[in-house]
Amino acid sequence: MADTETLLETPLAGLHRELGGRMVGFAGYAMPVQYPAGIMAEHLACRSGAALFDVSHMGQAELRGDGAAAALERVTPAEVQALRPGRQRYALLLNEAGGIIDDFMVANLGDRLFLVLNASRKAVDVEAIGAALPPGVTIVPRPDRALLALQGPGAEAILAPLAEGSVAAMPFMGVLESPVAGVPALITRSGYTGEDGFEIGVPAEGAEAVARALLARGAAPAGLGARDSLRLEAGLPLYGQDIDETTSPVEAALTFSLGKRRRIAWDFPGAERVREELDNGPKRLRVGILPDGRQPARAHTEIAIAGLPVGEVTSGGFGPSLGAPVAMGLVARAHAADGTALQLMVRGRAIPARTAPTPFLPHRYKRAAGIIAA
Amino acid sequence: MSQTRFAKSHEWVRLDGDVATIGISDHAQSALGDVVFVELPDPGREVEAGEAVAVVESVKAASDVYAPIAGTVAAANAALVDNPALVNSDAMGEGWFFTITPRDKADIEALMDADAYEKHVESEG
Repeated sequence: MADTETLLETPLAGLHRELGGRMVGFAGYAMPVQYPAGIMAEHLACRSGAALFDVSHMGQAELRGDGAAAALERVTPAEVQALRPGRQRYALLLNEAGGIIDDFMVANLGDRLFLVLNASRKAVDVEAIGAALPPGVTIVPRPDRALLALQGPGAEAILAPLAEGSVAAMPFMGVLESPVAGVPALITRSGYTGEDGFEIGVPAEGAEAVARALLARGAAPAGLGARDSLRLEAGLPLYGQDIDETTSPVEAALTFSLGKRRRIAWDFPGAERVREELDNGPKRLRVGILPDGRQPARAHTEIAIAGLPVGEVTSGGFGPSLGAPVAMGLVARAHAADGTALQLMVRGRAIPARTAPTPFLPHRYKRAAGIIAA
Repeated sequence: MSQTRFAKSHEWVRLDGDVATIGISDHAQSALGDVVFVELPDPGREVEAGEAVAVVESVKAASDVYAPIAGTVAAANAALVDNPALVNSDAMGEGWFFTITPRDKADIEALMDADAYEKHVESEG
């Protein structure tokens, strides 16, 4: 076993043990990979009701000072300056070569920006962002805060009676500062499952009370295993697997995160590569992959066509909601069109597969149009 | 039918006449979680003790299943191909993986009995 004594714990470590969580090392933290219900049941609970994930290992940081939005644009191609107070956005942190240092969330809290960073990258991110900041703008990590993700179609009904503010009125990517179960919280309507849901940031000392209140209202505790299968079905990339410092936003099929103004000014790190790839196409592209049959193809499985390698699976497993294996991978652009027949080389045998559009399951976010329709 | 024996790599073996049935232990299925796919050996294959001969895949990961004894594969459990969840629901029974005609039946007696296996599981923490 990994030497668990050297792993960090989140403020919910005691609760995880009480709930029977099976703890594993992840990004330096002891985290529950599953609870006794198991990955399959936790995954399905999220799709049908609501699941609660502890994501306190993720980095949280504030960007303070006049011109914080313009300063952040020095390291990301996202539109940050036009991000309105009470709104959040997905963004990429790029290096000078146009590679992705991390993907992250940025929220405008009016007097400051609030960032949520990948656990495995938070130290690198704080360093990279900090180095780009002008005098007067500072990045302040908030390791004193915990983060909970409440995900699923039942999330709103579970959270609403516990929150003082109106979470029902929040649109997808909306931000609300409101107490939850009496604990001051920063709520965003976002997540990593493809479902409607919320991420709830709270002071570490209040995390357990909030988690218990959400569980008491019917949220199913879910671990990293379900989080991975949910995000895979939703077609969402995982940093360190599907994207890394060699992958560009164009290769990663994340060009939606490039701001329109930024694509006119080309004033971000790696702009030259991004522009060239947008004009002429990238060498490789992140695609969804559906293997035939039931056998999963895992990360690093070679992808071939007629026996010749054309790429590699970057994430793969079994999709409990699809009842079938799912994967994503990087393939040469010539073979990236939807429906292209591929072979996945699993343990020396070629498994037939084809590229497929992502998400594999439609996202069910609370879009503005949905609010009007409702 | 003989007493069930266990290998350190968490397979069980049960001799019935001249054929030994092999599966993974209840502890192993519990540790793996929901099984979604199994890859089984072809009958007639000669295998050595400790050789990886089958694969069990959970939602999360793929794991090898080892032949606890040397011999010739006699049959594979076709029911697992259509219903891999049998491994979780009945690891020690309907969830068997394959059978082997042992090269030497005495090899089975050299494996752990249930008590020794339980201690082995505890020692692995």
